[in-house]
Amino acid sequence: MARAGLAGTLRWLVVFGAFALGAWLQARGTIPAILGHSQDVTYLIRQHLTLAAISGAIALVVGIPLGIVLTRPRFEIFADAVTQIVNLGTTIPTLALLAIAMSFLGIGSPPAIFALFVLTLLPIVLNTIAGLRSVPQHLIEAARGMGMTPGQILRRVELPNAVFVILAGVRTAFAINIGTVPLAFLIGGGGLGELIFTGIDLMEPSMLLAGAIPTALLAVLIDFLIGQIQFWLVPKGVNPLR
Amino acid sequence: MIRLEQVSKHFGTMIAVDRIDMEVPAGAVCVMLGPSGCGKTTTMKMINRLIPPTSGRIYVDGKDTAAVDEVALRRSIGYVIQQIGLFPNMTIEENICVVPDLLGWPAAKSRKRAAELLDMVNLDPSVFLKRYPKQLSGGQQQRVGVVRALAADPPVLLMDEPFGAIDPINREVIQDEFMKLQAELKKTIVFVSHDIDEAVKMASRIAIFRDGKLIQYDTPDNILAHPIDAFVSEFVGSDRTLKRLRLIKVTDAMMAEPPRVRAEDTLDTAVKLMDEHGHVSIVMVGPRGRARGVVRLEEARERKGTVGEHQEPLPGVVNIRDDLRTAVSQMFTHGVTWLACVDDDGFYKGYVTQKSITQVLGATYRES
Repeated sequence: MARAGLAGTLRWLVVFGAFALGAWLQARGTIPAILGHSQDVTYLIRQHLTLAAISGAIALVVGIPLGIVLTRPRFEIFADAVTQIVNLGTTIPTLALLAIAMSFLGIGSPPAIFALFVLTLLPIVLNTIAGLRSVPQHLIEAARGMGMTPGQILRRVELPNAVFVILAGVRTAFAINIGTVPLAFLIGGGGLGELIFTGIDLMEPSMLLAGAIPTALLAVLIDFLIGQIQFWLVPKGVNPLR
Repeated sequence: MIRLEQVSKHFGTMIAVDRIDMEVPAGAVCVMLGPSGCGKTTTMKMINRLIPPTSGRIYVDGKDTAAVDEVALRRSIGYVIQQIGLFPNMTIEENICVVPDLLGWPAAKSRKRAAELLDMVNLDPSVFLKRYPKQLSGGQQQRVGVVRALAADPPVLLMDEPFGAIDPINREVIQDEFMKLQAELKKTIVFVSHDIDEAVKMASRIAIFRDGKLIQYDTPDNILAHPIDAFVSEFVGSDRTLKRLRLIKVTDAMMAEPPRVRAEDTLDTAVKLMDEHGHVSIVMVGPRGRARGVVRLEEARERKGTVGEHQEPLPGVVNIRDDLRTAVSQMFTHGVTWLACVDDDGFYKGYVTQKSITQVLGATYRES
C-alpha cells in the first residue's frame, strides 16, 4: 500500500512537472517557435527513419544469418575471429567511422548507411550467437535422436529458444542506431541532425529542440515497438515476459 | 530384433566400445549396466546412429542400420534421454506430436494420439495438452518424455537413464507405471542405467559393461545368482541374493492347496489336520474360503470347543502376486516364519515359509 501510494504521488508530480514545464515554455514562446519548424521536422523524420530502416535492415539480414552460420559446428572455429572483427567496428568512434566511410563512399546517405550498419551489426551478431549457444545441448540431442534434420533442429528448436535473446540484441542495436543517425548530417546524410547541428551553430534552441525531441521520441518509440514484437513473437513457453 | 555384431567405437586412440556382440529379442527390456565411462551409453547411441560405429554391424528388425537413412532410422526408434529434453517452446501436445509431424501424419490423428498417450500415464489430457513443459513437475515431465517417444508407435525404444533425474519416491511410481505400459505394448527396449536395483526391476536381460567390453549378458536372476567374475559380483553387490527376492513371485515359492479349517470345526479336527501335515498352526477360512484367522497346535491341544472360539488373528498375509522381497519383509515385520498367501479377493491360496523361500533361492545352485 505504501509503495502504491508513493508511486501515485510520484506520477502526479511528473504530470504536474510536465504541465508546469509546458506552461513555462509556452510563456517564453519556445513551443510556438519549435512548432514553426514542423514542416522541416516531418520531412527530416522521414529521412531519419529511412536511414535507420535501411541500415538496420541490412544489419538484420547480414547479422542474424552470420550469427547462425557461426554457431554451426563447421564454422564454429571462426566465431571468435569474426566477433573480434565486428567488435573492432564498434570500438572505432562513430565519428571516425563516418569519416572513414566518407573517404571511400563520398558524401550523402551511402556512407552514413554503411557506418550505421557497422554500428548496428555487432549487438545483433553477438546476441544471435549467444542466444543459439544458450540452447541446452540436451535439447539438440533429443531433437537429433527423434530424427530431425539439422535444418529442422534450427527452425523448430534452436531459433524459437534463442529468439528472445536475439530480439534483445536487435532492440539494443536499433536504439543505438536511431540515436546515432543525427551524426549522419555531418557527412551530408540528412536526418534530424540537420536541425540539431544547425540549431547549435546558430545558437537557436528552438531549432535544436525541434531536432532533438523527435530524435528522443523516435528512439523510445522504436524500443517500445521492438519490445512489443519481443512480447508477442517469442513462444509462450520460453518467454520470460509472459 | 536388435543385433550387434562385432561393434566397436574408437575415439582417437581411446577404445570406447570394443567388439560387442549381443542380441535383444523382440519385446525384451535389455538394461545396459556399468560404471560411468564403460561404453554403455555409446553402445546405445550407436543403435540409432547418433554415434557412428567405427566398425561392426548393427541390425534393427533384420535391416542393417548403416544401409538405412539415419534420419528415417531415428524416426522409427523412440528415444528418451535423462534430461527429458522436452522442447520448452512447444506445448505438451506439440512435444508429443514431434515425430508424428515429422512423419507427416494428419494433424487430427496425431492430436488424438497425444491425448490417448497422456491418458495412459494418468495425466488428464484436458488439463495438460495445452500446457508448456515449465508448468509441469519433474515427474510429469518425465512421463511426457516417455510417451513422446511412444507417439509414432515405434517397435524399438532407446532410453538413456530415463528415470535418473527423478526423486526416489516418484522414480518407483514411474517405473511401475512404465512396466505396466510395457506389459501392454511389448516394445523392444534398450535401457541404459547405472542402478542395479532399477535393472533388476525392469530388465528381462541385463548387459554388464566394463572398459568398453560386454562382460556378461544374461537374465537378471542368472546375473545375480551366477556372476561371471569378481567385477560383476562386486558390481551387483554383496547382497545380490537378497536382490533375487525381487525377481521371484510369492506363487513360485508357495505351498499350494494347504490344509484349512472352518469356524464351526472342532479343535480335535484341527489338531488331527495339523498332525497329518506336521504343522504347528492352521489357517481358519470363512464360508467362501477367505483367510480369517489362525489356530495354534499347542493351544488346540489344551482346550476344547470349536475353532471359531479359539482362533487368533493372522499375524500377516501376503498377496500371491507380490514378490518374495515383500513376503520376507512381512515375516520380519511380524516376527514369524510363515505367511498365509491370499489372492486379490482375499481367498486363502497357500502359505510361504522361510524354508520354502530358501529352497527356491537355492534351486539354481543345485541344478548347476
